[in-house]
Amino acid sequence: MASYTDKAGRPIVVVTGAGMVTSLGQGKQDNWAKLIAGKSGIHRITRFPIDGLRTTIAGTVDFLAESGRSAPDLSEELASLAAAEAIAESGIGSKGNFPGPLFCAVPPIEIEWPQRRVLAQESAANGPITYDDLLRAAEAGTHEAWHERFLYGSIADHLADKFGTRGQPISLSTACASGNTSIQLGIEAIRRGDCEAALSIATDGSVTAEALIRFSLLSALSTNNENPEAASRPFSKNRDGFIIAEGAGALVLESLEHAMARGAEIIGVLEGVGEMADSFHRTRSSPDAKPVIGCMRAALADAGVTPDDIDYINAHGTSTPENDRMEFTGMSAVFGERIGSIPLSSNKSMIGHTLTAAAAIEAVISLLTIRNGRIPPTINYEIPDPAIPLDVVPNVARDTQVNRVMSNSFGFGGQNVCLLLTGEPA
Amino acid sequence: MSDRRDVWITGIGLVSSLGEGLEAHWTALSTPAKPAVDETTYAPYVLHPLAKIDFDQQIPKRGDQRQMEPWQRIGTYAAGLALDSAGLKGNKEVLATTDMVVAAGGGERDQTVDGAILTDIEKQPNPEVFLSEQLQSNLRPTLFLAQLSNLLAGNISIVHGVTGSSRTFMGEESSGTDAVRIGWSRIAAGTSEIALVGGAYNAERRDMLLLFALKSVALHSPWAPVLADPKGVPTGSAGAFLVLESPEHAMARGAKPIAKLSGVWSERAKRGEPGAIEALVDEMIRTAKGDVSEGTAILSAACGAPEPTSAEVAAISRSGLPVRSVTDRVGHSLEAQMPVALALAALAVSKGKLFAPLEGETLEEAFEGTLTRAIVTGVGHWRGEGVALVERVD
Repeated sequence: MASYTDKAGRPIVVVTGAGMVTSLGQGKQDNWAKLIAGKSGIHRITRFPIDGLRTTIAGTVDFLAESGRSAPDLSEELASLAAAEAIAESGIGSKGNFPGPLFCAVPPIEIEWPQRRVLAQESAANGPITYDDLLRAAEAGTHEAWHERFLYGSIADHLADKFGTRGQPISLSTACASGNTSIQLGIEAIRRGDCEAALSIATDGSVTAEALIRFSLLSALSTNNENPEAASRPFSKNRDGFIIAEGAGALVLESLEHAMARGAEIIGVLEGVGEMADSFHRTRSSPDAKPVIGCMRAALADAGVTPDDIDYINAHGTSTPENDRMEFTGMSAVFGERIGSIPLSSNKSMIGHTLTAAAAIEAVISLLTIRNGRIPPTINYEIPDPAIPLDVVPNVARDTQVNRVMSNSFGFGGQNVCLLLTGEPA
Repeated sequence: MSDRRDVWITGIGLVSSLGEGLEAHWTALSTPAKPAVDETTYAPYVLHPLAKIDFDQQIPKRGDQRQMEPWQRIGTYAAGLALDSAGLKGNKEVLATTDMVVAAGGGERDQTVDGAILTDIEKQPNPEVFLSEQLQSNLRPTLFLAQLSNLLAGNISIVHGVTGSSRTFMGEESSGTDAVRIGWSRIAAGTSEIALVGGAYNAERRDMLLLFALKSVALHSPWAPVLADPKGVPTGSAGAFLVLESPEHAMARGAKPIAKLSGVWSERAKRGEPGAIEALVDEMIRTAKGDVSEGTAILSAACGAPEPTSAEVAAISRSGLPVRSVTDRVGHSLEAQMPVALALAALAVSKGKLFAPLEGETLEEAFEGTLTRAIVTGVGHWRGEGVALVERVD
């Protein structure tokens, strides 16, 4: 009989359900078909006017009723759809009764321009508008619902009610590594014996004009506006920035023992997770890649495996000049000469950078990669960057057996988390 | 669980309207005067402004300070004080393995830019295009970094070199409770040796008051004691960080405990159900208290919003334990409130004394005994119930 504990004697944590939404579509099936076909979800922005903007393309999710409402409204709906898919697949608990805590990565949330404009108009100020006018209008009490909507905790709180998770949900952010952190918190809670199951969600539906402009002002975004589908070019020589995008990923985590006891189908094992923060700069990674190296090594050590045991890397691969170079430097240090021959791809070439949601979506895609024995390509790889020679599975999906995936995520603010996934318990 | 380890608090960094550092706070708490509140600058709101702080002392590079908004400066400063207090400042080896969990909000705005846009936007033929133009030309690029929740942790990594790990929790009051709880749980379970946990809040911003104002829960003047007369949230600028450490790790580097963090509980009452908060907080206090009442007091981190605070008051009154309101002394710092209250609880327990009652706060009675345990309670203004237990280490 298989052991319920790993090499370190901890409960083995498995995934029994997964769900996702991206600009490519809703659900794993639709997304997987398009990812394998090398389709791009990046398109011209229609949600707000693009006149005068330096970047006019994005991977927004435009096919939901909540699209174009507030960032927390859309983020909540994306999370809800992904979680519903994951829970349905897992068959855990009962409707509205999930037997474990919720860890939910959420994007920045604040009162938005439509609300500010309404308050400004209602204030009927005679002169220049100040926040005193907005405060006076707010106190009239006609927009009470906005209070809860724009609290950081409201997305997770509503999801906790909807899915019946236990206790106080944790809302979190480690920027672009958030999805992995939401999974890590679940892994840790199960390993500690705090719970037998956990729901990890990461969501981002926050592409507003202001969000786009903020990233644009940091020169982080691609300005390859002409052909949106060809703009995201991870690891290519002509990459020039990331493409802001939306989506959500959700995983049902369980102890192996709990999953086996209820006869659940196991779709993957969360074998190891590692993290290390960077103290170099607010937006730039340490050029020596030390924190990223430390983070990958910590994940390998946590899983009790060596670099040789990794078959495929789901790269962070944002398509910014700096990230992709730094990521190569880090991976070269960890994998040595073998790095040139390990298949590696960036899902962001097709779905853009879904920021808060990215790592969770990539974890779901990593599980699909293992299950299907097929690696989604890095599309738009037309001009290789000779400085970073990698097997990026260029442009066309590849059939090959994948046993163990390393999924990397590195965030603004120096937060790095690396996840190792396998198909079946060792 | 029996195989859990003790968790010591070996460092505390605290800044608030009462000053900076533990001794300044103890002095202020020992001389019961009126709390330091500002009833005029943000009229009609009352808030507890930050005491004058020389940020250079913990954030020596001006370039770093410029890249932060006030809430991040407050937090980075408090984190530095905590590391100093734990004897860790500059100890690269330990800081590289120190785990960090930060409770944060974020989103401070450029109110001048916002105001100018709002003044003119409705007169424009295409308001949305105008908005984009204005934002592109007038937003400072670095302001974004000052708004992002996870950038307080990022700044602490950059300024103080804490790089073991870095996680940021959001979600108002409960995020502070959970930041401490996760740091504590990992050390208790043996998967972390040392952690820096805490949060920061800048109350002196109209954009921060706006969210409360939508539900009319920001306290209007005059100030009133929150437990006796909960009529709104008296926000306060504050930052608090705790260094949590396993006894083995602390002893190996010759560090002494200020107090022991014996438990942290984070729950979520169904607010729509009558009596739900009270019943839950009752149970949480009972769990924290165990069989011991002697030498035990409750430090309340109550938010001041009428309904949740009335429920908290009912539960803490029923406990029969001596009570002090942290919020009366330093205001309510939202995400940071639980860390702030824990800092004061650990301070009181380490002194073995409960500070003097505040006039008008009728639940507070004199307590002359030796204080060995403090239970911190905090019911969030819209969600989240938190309780923690701090005990004396002899």
